[in-house]
Amino acid sequence: MSPDKMVHMANQIAAFFKTQPGGGQAEKLAAHLNDFWEPRMRAQLIAHVAGGGAGLDALVLDAMDHLNAPAA
Amino acid sequence: MKDFIIPWDETDKGTPAKTGAPVTLTIDGFAVTVPEGTSVMRAASEAGIQVPKLCATDSIEAFGSCRLCVVEIEGRRGTPSSCTTPVADGMVVHTQSERVRRIRRGVMELYISDHPLDCLTCAANGDCELQDMAGVVGLRDVRYAPGENHFDVRQNGEANPRYTPKDESNPYFAYDPSKCIVCSRCVRACEEVQGTFALTIEGRGFDSRVSPGAGFDDFLSSDCVSCGACVQACPTGTLQEKSVIELGTPTRSVVTTCAYCGVGCSFRAEMNGDTLVRMVPAKGGKANRGHSCVKGRFAWGYANHRDRILNPMIRDHVDEPWREVSWDEALSFAARRLSAIQAEHGRRSIGVITSSRCTNEETFLVQKLARAVFMNNNTDTCARVCHSPTGYGLGQTFGTSAGTQDFDSVEQTDVVIVMGANPTDAHPVFASRLKKRLRAGAKLIVIDPRKIDLVKSNHIEAAHHLALRPGTNVAVVSALAHVIVTEGLADEAFIAERCDDESFADYVAFIRDPRHSPEAVEALTGVPAQELRAAARTFATGGNGAIYYGLGVTEHSQGSTTVMGIANLAMLTGNIGRPGVGVNPLRGQNNVQGSCDMGSFPHELPGYRHVKNGDVREIFERHWGVEIDPEPGLRITNMLDAAVDGSFRGIYIQGEDILQSDPDTRHVAAGLAAMDCVIVHDLFLNETANYAHVFLPGSTFLEKDGTFTNAERRINMVREVMKPKNGYADWEVTQALANAMGAGWHYSHPREIMAEIAATTPSFAGVSYELLDRMGSVQWPVNEEHPEGTPMMHVDGFVRGKGRFIVTEYVATDERTGPRFPLLLTTGRILSQYNVGAQTRRTDNVVWHDEDVLEIHPHDAEQRGVTDGAWVRLASRAGETTLRAKLTERVSPGVVYTTFHHPETQANVITTDYSDWATNCPEYKVTAVQVACSNGPSDWQEDYAAHAAKARRIEAAE
Repeated sequence: MSPDKMVHMANQIAAFFKTQPGGGQAEKLAAHLNDFWEPRMRAQLIAHVAGGGAGLDALVLDAMDHLNAPAA
Repeated sequence: MKDFIIPWDETDKGTPAKTGAPVTLTIDGFAVTVPEGTSVMRAASEAGIQVPKLCATDSIEAFGSCRLCVVEIEGRRGTPSSCTTPVADGMVVHTQSERVRRIRRGVMELYISDHPLDCLTCAANGDCELQDMAGVVGLRDVRYAPGENHFDVRQNGEANPRYTPKDESNPYFAYDPSKCIVCSRCVRACEEVQGTFALTIEGRGFDSRVSPGAGFDDFLSSDCVSCGACVQACPTGTLQEKSVIELGTPTRSVVTTCAYCGVGCSFRAEMNGDTLVRMVPAKGGKANRGHSCVKGRFAWGYANHRDRILNPMIRDHVDEPWREVSWDEALSFAARRLSAIQAEHGRRSIGVITSSRCTNEETFLVQKLARAVFMNNNTDTCARVCHSPTGYGLGQTFGTSAGTQDFDSVEQTDVVIVMGANPTDAHPVFASRLKKRLRAGAKLIVIDPRKIDLVKSNHIEAAHHLALRPGTNVAVVSALAHVIVTEGLADEAFIAERCDDESFADYVAFIRDPRHSPEAVEALTGVPAQELRAAARTFATGGNGAIYYGLGVTEHSQGSTTVMGIANLAMLTGNIGRPGVGVNPLRGQNNVQGSCDMGSFPHELPGYRHVKNGDVREIFERHWGVEIDPEPGLRITNMLDAAVDGSFRGIYIQGEDILQSDPDTRHVAAGLAAMDCVIVHDLFLNETANYAHVFLPGSTFLEKDGTFTNAERRINMVREVMKPKNGYADWEVTQALANAMGAGWHYSHPREIMAEIAATTPSFAGVSYELLDRMGSVQWPVNEEHPEGTPMMHVDGFVRGKGRFIVTEYVATDERTGPRFPLLLTTGRILSQYNVGAQTRRTDNVVWHDEDVLEIHPHDAEQRGVTDGAWVRLASRAGETTLRAKLTERVSPGVVYTTFHHPETQANVITTDYSDWATNCPEYKVTAVQVACSNGPSDWQEDYAAHAAKARRIEAAE
């Protein structure tokens, strides 16, 4: 997937969870990615963040601590 | 071969059923008890006594014109017509006496005096109520001398001025006025059942004739939508299916389910041997109640179309011609390639796409192929691109991914919201039922950028049409909720009892904010604030409120958010859990609901249970004897992305044409072209097959047993009415492919697959073919608590416990208009065509729609010098195509609209890769475009046509 598309998709998800009341937005966002993003998509996101995470919403970066790293 | 025993009573009882207090009367000495308001004719029929009749039939109200049904009632004067006389307690009726016999014979004699006596060569011979009644009343001679009539072509050597030739303009049925007895059944069926009002009786007295539209119209040019209700109602051969004229009257019938839209109409497939003669809507079908539309009733000719591929084919490269091979060779070729890909690129490098047009059993097997044979969760389905947000949104709020009601519920609704759906075109039989309710006084609110037919058409008019700007659904739904909350119209008692307190408190705090008020969002949505306020009040205070929605809700960047907003609205107004209310997604294809139920999505096992849950995996692992991958698989769009990246290289696609139906055609083509093994399992060489290496011929819905699940969760039987022309039903082909890869499956009938579904999936626990044969159909969940199914969901509590309100903040889509692309394109369907048109384009339905056109407002057209019928270039940032323009005020200025039924148009070259945030459901409904005059096809269209022609070559047999 093109990095732009991935960043766009991740930021869209962040845009939803940011508006949700209560705490734990980063956990909720990570849970969504764990539930719906196939391992290689999550791996691409992790790699993108490792490379600086250009373009990603701050909430996506916060969520990375809770993202399940796919088994190799 | 024996007839399937129809599980319900199909007797024509003459007048419609009524509900009311029981009334007991005596008919020919037999006591019979029926509801108050029932006609004497129907009461007699309930007692097993059929009173002769011609103008009465139980799909329409009594009319009392033929006077054949006269009876004698003790204590009453004269001989009242039994169809128009309601029953009364203690009434004593005699259906036979010398007096009524004489009257009936006299009536028949008059009818026959103006009817041709060519019964033996008439297409209705043996299927004619006039013929039957002549027999029943004992008509033995006609005393009237030949005179003025409507059936002699010539009289006294001159043309008979009363004779009108046959109208054969409709491709599917003929109208022969010379056989008409002017009973008005067709006119009334068109009004009462279909709600189109295309027919009328022209002239008076002896001059009376049935006439479509105005005097200059024929059936094709009139408002007629070819639903077939008039043909069904006609007691003679006047309105007759052309297939019966050609093939003769059918000799056996099998009840089955239509394979077009998500309404899921029941039909009798009427056969001569293994030749299908006609499809007749089944009265006992609980989704359609005896009605049909032009697609299900007539557009089944594709099953025999010459384009149908009946032999398996393979090729090494997609630029080679196809080679016809044996099934064994094709399957081992496919299995070899798939196994080689996995060996080289890992087990997650291949996947499947299940079909929303195939049966539950077939879909179950295809996802099982991915999970238990490929050993990954790379399975997705066309529901991804239509109703995946429904699954997510309703799951989050109510706890289950399905509509809450049955279609009968519409009969008790008082105010209806139709949002992002166009039922008169896409779900016509439901639309007819809705229109009937609207004519009886229910109010309608349409939320749609276009002035769809429901906004105003014959005898119906929406109370409010909120013509929003595409992409602003969430803002409009939130504004409706804002009005309901701030004006104190919410159903506090319902919310306190049924909904989660904390989520409601959060929601109220959010929605009260003035930024959600209709006034604040008016500039954004284009909906006048006063109109929106009025609509909110109508919905909240109008009685039973029901919401029906379609892909205009889901196919947006915020599709899932809108679904949640709709669920919020229903909970706010207490419109859940009783007849006449609810949240009802209108499903596009016949088995969208079923394909979702069957675990087609990459993150869910059958029954909407996430693959991460070990307890759920264990159920299937025990049955299948394999270990299931706990990670979610790739969705269709993700598969294509991974294909371009090189990590996904093989796919088995059953009954879906992703190249034509999925957005951003260039991206789909690039993904398919990058794969080493594309297996297309379909009836025709569809567009996707241009990129395929293996083609496995499919079977039609007429050629296999199984079940479809419609939009109301109704599981309907699909029955094999003829043997598969390609040799195998689709479930057999999937099994053979699995076995070629070493699976060792041995299903001998789809009932065994359903047994496996029932054993593994709690909501299907009680489903079996025996139950379906006995009940006709059942709505899931079917379990110990609901052994005969569940017509209505969330009656005493939500599936998830308490209903959960979700904050729905509007986020504008990134697809925005600007100087280069100043207009918004939205897409949809038309009545006569279905989806990518693979089926309907191969029928006579093309007389109504033989090309996609671009609807554009005259104002926008004038600015661009575009005239009606002119070729225009339609361009977006994704691509461009050309098609003809149609100037219409159905679309607002700034909005253009087209359909995607024809591959020549390639409407999806224009649509972009933006998608719903939660589910990746593509944003088909909003694309920024520009329209300009054009001379002809775009370069892409020409290149594509050339490529398609080359890709479809089949090597000549040696």
